[in-house]
Amino acid sequence: MAGADGDDSLYPIAVLIDELRNEDVQLRLNSIKKLSTIALALGVERTRTELLPFLTDTIYDEDEVLLALAEQLGNFTMLVGGPEYVHCLLPPLESLATVEETVVRDKAVESLRKISHEHSPVDLEVHFEPLVKRLASGDWFTSRTSACGLFSVCYPRVSSTVKAEIRQHFRNLCSDDTPMVRRAAASKLGEFAKVLELEYVKSDIISLFTALASDEQDSVRLLAVEACVSIATLLPQEDLETLVMPTLRQAAEDKSWRVRYMVADKFSELQKAVGPEITKNDLVPAFQNLLKDCEAEVRAAAANKVKEFCENLPEDSRETIIMTHILPCVKELVSDTNQHVKSALASVIMGLSTILGKDNTIEHLLPLFLAQLKDECPEVRLNIISNLDCVNEVIGIRQLSQSLLPAIVELAEDAKWRVRLAIIEYMPLLAGQLGVEFFDEKLNSLCMAWLVDHVYAIREAATCNLTKLVEKFGAEWAQNTIVPKVLGMANDPNYLHRMTTLFCINALSEACGQEITTKHMLPVVLKMSNDQVANVRFNVAKSLQKIGPVLDSNCLQAEVKPVLEKLAADQDIDVKYFAQEAVSVLALA
Amino acid sequence: MSSGISATEKVDGFTRKSVRKAQKQRKAQGSAQFRPQAGNLSPGELSALPQLRDAPSTEQQELFLQKLHQCCMLFDFLDTVTDLKSKEIKRATLNELVEYVSTNRGVLVDSAYPEIINMISTNLFRTLPPSENPDFDPEEDEPSLEASWPHMQLVYEFLLRFLENPDFQPSTAKRYIDQKFVLQLLELFDSEDPRERDFLKTILHRIYGKFLGLRAFIRKQINNFFLRFIYETDHFNGVAELLEILGSIINGFALPLKAEHKQFLMKVLIPMHTAKGLALFHAQLAYCVVQFLEKDPTLTEPVIRGLLKFWPKTCSQKEVMFLGEIEEVLDVIEPTQFKKIQEPLFKQISKCVASPHFQVAERSLYFWNNEYILSLIEENIDKILPIMFGSLYRISKEHWNQTIVALVYNVLKTLMEMNSKLFDELTASYKADRQREKKKEQEREELWKKLEELRLSKIHRNQNNTHSLQNSSSNNNNNNNNGNREPEDHSSLTFSSTDSINPETSMLNTQCAK
Repeated sequence: MAGADGDDSLYPIAVLIDELRNEDVQLRLNSIKKLSTIALALGVERTRTELLPFLTDTIYDEDEVLLALAEQLGNFTMLVGGPEYVHCLLPPLESLATVEETVVRDKAVESLRKISHEHSPVDLEVHFEPLVKRLASGDWFTSRTSACGLFSVCYPRVSSTVKAEIRQHFRNLCSDDTPMVRRAAASKLGEFAKVLELEYVKSDIISLFTALASDEQDSVRLLAVEACVSIATLLPQEDLETLVMPTLRQAAEDKSWRVRYMVADKFSELQKAVGPEITKNDLVPAFQNLLKDCEAEVRAAAANKVKEFCENLPEDSRETIIMTHILPCVKELVSDTNQHVKSALASVIMGLSTILGKDNTIEHLLPLFLAQLKDECPEVRLNIISNLDCVNEVIGIRQLSQSLLPAIVELAEDAKWRVRLAIIEYMPLLAGQLGVEFFDEKLNSLCMAWLVDHVYAIREAATCNLTKLVEKFGAEWAQNTIVPKVLGMANDPNYLHRMTTLFCINALSEACGQEITTKHMLPVVLKMSNDQVANVRFNVAKSLQKIGPVLDSNCLQAEVKPVLEKLAADQDIDVKYFAQEAVSVLALA
Repeated sequence: MSSGISATEKVDGFTRKSVRKAQKQRKAQGSAQFRPQAGNLSPGELSALPQLRDAPSTEQQELFLQKLHQCCMLFDFLDTVTDLKSKEIKRATLNELVEYVSTNRGVLVDSAYPEIINMISTNLFRTLPPSENPDFDPEEDEPSLEASWPHMQLVYEFLLRFLENPDFQPSTAKRYIDQKFVLQLLELFDSEDPRERDFLKTILHRIYGKFLGLRAFIRKQINNFFLRFIYETDHFNGVAELLEILGSIINGFALPLKAEHKQFLMKVLIPMHTAKGLALFHAQLAYCVVQFLEKDPTLTEPVIRGLLKFWPKTCSQKEVMFLGEIEEVLDVIEPTQFKKIQEPLFKQISKCVASPHFQVAERSLYFWNNEYILSLIEENIDKILPIMFGSLYRISKEHWNQTIVALVYNVLKTLMEMNSKLFDELTASYKADRQREKKKEQEREELWKKLEELRLSKIHRNQNNTHSLQNSSSNNNNNNNNGNREPEDHSSLTFSSTDSINPETSMLNTQCAK
């Protein structure tokens, strides 16, 4: 059927339509995803005159297909003949921007934003802006919602009369009677403010901002908080107090925790936007309140920001503010009733030590670290341990090591394997900071114990951990401390432990180098080829394949080859398979 | 929305289980009602007032207002040790108030209305607390219960008795029970506490019945809540309750249905079938849909097409629910409407019958136990049998579940009895049809392979031309060539969505034409 006329560059459109209309959604989806290929086959003119009208008419389809279509059309400019024809893409995208499904609509808006830049200023006014206006005054809320995302892309490049119209449309949508549209407008308020002239920011945006920030629905009010950041950045310092601060103060004390949460979540951005003076006078007390909020959710969000907030305080008064205003709140949070709050705090509290310096850290922060290291919730302890490096720089880790050890040991033996896994991952870091001596004395036995953990993921992580330790402490250390223990496990009655030996060898051979591998590891591996458990035997084959590159060729031929040949004749099919694979990979055949 | 992202979601998932366990112990702690720093009332001591029934009738009204005022004091129920005496006084007072408005006549004087509404608003309206359990699964997990329920229950009870009092005057009350009041009430439907939602359901129903002026507003706001639920949050605890109210509202719609109501059906109720937690409210939702169809049978076609559009692709449990709903729709369908949707509908049913999930297959095969559906099928056997035959024939040989195979045999037998001649023809051509499908499949692959080659060659050509020519001009070139060689192709075959190029796409044509 296809190309029956013998011309590869021309396909009967019917065939292509059939593909785009195939009854099977999956096939239709595949065709839409290759729409650019179809357009190429048709050439630019027929794409414009036939394909696009067809697509515009086909809007009723599964959302998944529409999503793919919306995405494709954003990259279609060249396929319709370049920027001078780009407006041909507007009709199908306009329809897509009005459908119910949010993901489709968002993608259509994204594509529209993308191709808006390819419009000439004239086309923008003749084709694009009317589309935005149509959407903005659509009957159903979906089109109005989509319009919100398009104002900012056309505003900078249109004439001043059109600009005035756009501002009017945006104003209307900000007071739309469906909350969905108000939410969309509120979420684009900051973006729109950025492209407006300063005088209109002051005259238009501020009143919209104030209105949205006191909307009856908290889902709208909280979006105004985000806009607050952009707006505050745009305004000159002297206007902030009158234009923005009343609203921000109100938001920080909103009766809905969602709005307060948003303020806490955006606190660092807000702080930067309003500058040091307002921070000192307004934000410090506001932040204290958020840290003491009655809703744990809000406290946790604020606790997350403690370090950033302190870092960004004006330098002249930073230490005083922290010591007198912030630290008392932080102390209370250490014994908060909610573990998420404590764990949010634990993830940042160590960062305060660099800001406060050695003496304050020892006097004020250290007790808090130690308290959190003893917290009942493993996550809190983990968060402290994972940030040890900050403290290490300021006061050295020794101050903590006495408390650290019990905490590590306890986490290492936690009943939940995911907790054990997390602490293993910090081992190399801890080892680096605590030094080889401390490690050998206190932590080495833990690392070895993990190798025989009953959860595979832990054994695997423990193996990987050994590699990192060897990289840190060197091959000689490995040979003296860990290799003997690892090899000892080769005689363990439990075959899982014997396999762990093999996994460790796989991981360590490269880090340990040829000598240790040949002299100490290889004999053990070869001996294990006689194991009675097939899983061990085929892992011997895999190990040999893995460590082969570390060995020299004499050794490969003389020692490895015979063993692999023996395994290749094993009665177990898997052993055979892996032995043969090893033979061919190591080119021993 | 970022507000919904709780602190837990930002940290590793591994704590979740432990978190959940801890939360189970702390259940019933969730309440944002008591917020001392924002509160309008600081907790203090309440002192018991004399009983209403003991007061002389001249003073009763004044005492009633005093008691209402007293009940505006809020208490912290998370704190189980302080204010015990005051809490008990408030509880007793609320009890007394409930009894007072439910048994006495003539107590609802005009001046009492604002005080009553004020007491109710102060106690009930609050921002609901964040869910104790961020991955709260209403089907699996225990809901967190409202801590201050001992008081709140009585306030709800009081509101209900107030609305049901024979002396209740909507014309007076409408100044206080206004849009804002209703909106706040609706927001409470998100409460995790089922006891609270149950009260809200009855109360909203009463308000809808008594305040004609609020009806459109209530419907519109429910609309907004649902749209937000469907497209923005995917989370709202009170969907089932709101749908239950709507079920009775739809029942009372006047005919012909207003455009607004039809829009609600097509743009809200049908897309609502996509929600993750459909199981929680599917019964109520299907009831609403069927109510609409009983009112106006011409809605059948768009409804069924809508359901087919949102047919679950991966969730078998939901597929079973959809099949159940389809059967409910078919139970009330008019034969003329049935003819309009039988093809797309039975294409879907034929897929369900062949589902490897036996519950889906079984549910769809049960359609053949329904007398009315059976009669509809029989009437249209010429259309339906060819659609169903392939699937049925195939799974009668290969479905893993013996119950399904047995059911399929019965269905095939029934269909054969309806039109044995057609049945024989289909049996005879089964193999040839499969072959033809395979061939088509191959042709398709071939086509795409060629298109892909073409694309690569064009890219290659364009790359060669990048320095001298623009992409567009090279494309234009091609296009001109094409146009010159095959001019008739332009006119004879266009992308019009209405002409049917291939009989097999006719279903989609009608879809496109919509």
